[in-house]
Amino acid sequence: MLKDFFGKKRKYATIPNEESKIDIPEGLMKKCDKCHKIYYRKEWNKNINVCPNCDYHHPLTAWDRINSLFDEGTFVEWDRQLTTTNPLAFPGYEEKVDKDRNKTGLNEGVVTGKGIIDGQETACSVMDSNFRMGSMGSVVGEKISRALENAKNESLPFIIFTASGGARMQEGVLSLMQMSKTSVAVKRFSDAGGLMVSVMTHPTTGGVSASFASIGDYNFAEPGALIGFAGRRIIEQTIREELPDDFQTAEFLLKHGQLDKVVHRHEMKSLLTVLLSMHAQGRKNV
Amino acid sequence: MKQVLDFEKPIVDLKEKIAELKSFTDDSDIDLETEISTLEKRLEKLENDIYGNLQPWHRVQMARHQERPTTLDYIQELFTDFIEFHGDRSYGDDEAIVAGIAFYQDNPVTVIGHQRGKDTKENIRRNFGMPHPEGYRKALRHMRQAEKFQRPIICFIDTKGAYPGKAAEERGQSEAIARNLMEMAGLSVPIICIVIGEGGSGGALGLGVGDHIHMLENSTYSVISPEGAAALLWKDSGLARQAAETMKITSYDLKELDVIDQVIPEPRGGAHRDIKAQAGHIDAVLAGSLKELASLSADELLEKRWEKYKQIGDYQEL
Repeated sequence: MLKDFFGKKRKYATIPNEESKIDIPEGLMKKCDKCHKIYYRKEWNKNINVCPNCDYHHPLTAWDRINSLFDEGTFVEWDRQLTTTNPLAFPGYEEKVDKDRNKTGLNEGVVTGKGIIDGQETACSVMDSNFRMGSMGSVVGEKISRALENAKNESLPFIIFTASGGARMQEGVLSLMQMSKTSVAVKRFSDAGGLMVSVMTHPTTGGVSASFASIGDYNFAEPGALIGFAGRRIIEQTIREELPDDFQTAEFLLKHGQLDKVVHRHEMKSLLTVLLSMHAQGRKNV
Repeated sequence: MKQVLDFEKPIVDLKEKIAELKSFTDDSDIDLETEISTLEKRLEKLENDIYGNLQPWHRVQMARHQERPTTLDYIQELFTDFIEFHGDRSYGDDEAIVAGIAFYQDNPVTVIGHQRGKDTKENIRRNFGMPHPEGYRKALRHMRQAEKFQRPIICFIDTKGAYPGKAAEERGQSEAIARNLMEMAGLSVPIICIVIGEGGSGGALGLGVGDHIHMLENSTYSVISPEGAAALLWKDSGLARQAAETMKITSYDLKELDVIDQVIPEPRGGAHRDIKAQAGHIDAVLAGSLKELASLSADELLEKRWEKYKQIGDYQEL
């Protein structure tokens, strides 16, 4: 092309000087991972980490999620005292867990407890992908199983927000068995008449998608969330063909009949409120 | 042609040498009896040394052995009048899982298992024993039927894993496995699961929630294949041998971790050496399990199942 000959070439790169670096406090602004637009941190918080420009749903920490849903000061945490051991004596595992414990302030990859959403009490478990990718080890499995038992005993509904890369490799088969353990707990809860709502957030894959995440009475997902059993790369290697861009997204699952609904984060609280109220009648009879 | 595993090579070499000497003795006047008997003694010792001291990676190789008996082999040995039934009633029939009913010691039972092929052609038909969602849904259909007619359920586990494919994802691989885990948790009949080869992750677990879980001595049960673990953890799938040790995937490891009930012994050199003897070992354990579970009421059964799973895992309370 002719215009290529007239391209403007910059001779020098612009480097912000020390003074201008100091002027912007750390974390005042935040850039969207997808469209790269920059907004004030305040605006992100108000928007529950959804990009005001492109609607991209950024991951939420477990506590930000809880604060976005529960009436202020009503959430009571359960089983914070449970901590991870190293059952296979896996090299370096304890250090990794310690690091993430310090980074996130959580004891493990899930926060469980109960609280009040718009006047209605419910049990809730929220996974946090910042803690070892939200992977499920013994503590995650135990906390979720206990939360289901508590919900059963207190006749509360159970809402779970999943965010997990799947099994915790460093706990080997014990991690795999948490899939069975939590599923047995779901069954007991369900047989007692309990309402279980599963909300899959980015990402929900492997052993978590193939256990409690997929067996709620209602299965929802946030827009664009990656949800699937096997990893995309493994599938591409196996079938030797390229997969569509939307493969294993929430929208893909909805299209294939695997979800009840894709729910925008801003509508989550109102949907859960209505849903809880619609099931309140049944609970009284349990 | 028999598949020879690398660690078995010295045994095979020695056997060949003995056979050579024997045929030499037969064809000529020279008597080599003493040499032969020395070598046979050495063979005995060598076999004891190698098979009596199998490393995790050796067991992985055994579990994957081409001639390792499959679900249908054991069904033929252990049961009578097996009738296979097909289809999940909503999409298709997945031949990576076989299911049906049979008599076990004059009592009807439901039998379900992963099914590998014996050769390439059969393997393609059976997708190398890696099920799609319709396979798990077929299994679940049979399990519900077993509950209706109050038959015990016996599951044979032998898969590298649930199939990682596009169609499998579209049809809900996750949901199919999750549903089985949940439903198996609540079935009011005894469920006995026996890992006979590879127990590959969620794909194995989809037939694996039960009252008693047993493993053949040289079978494996793991969250990920040793190759996959090595690639993921150390970015080098060549470290599979090391991963097989670190990940604790053998029958003895799982017994130690309190995940399984019993290790079922194998004939020396592996199940494929003597299918009848192997079936005999399974038979003994299966009979014991069924007898023990038959004495429980439905409520007791479910309560014990929950107790069993509740204790799996390792954590601290501070």
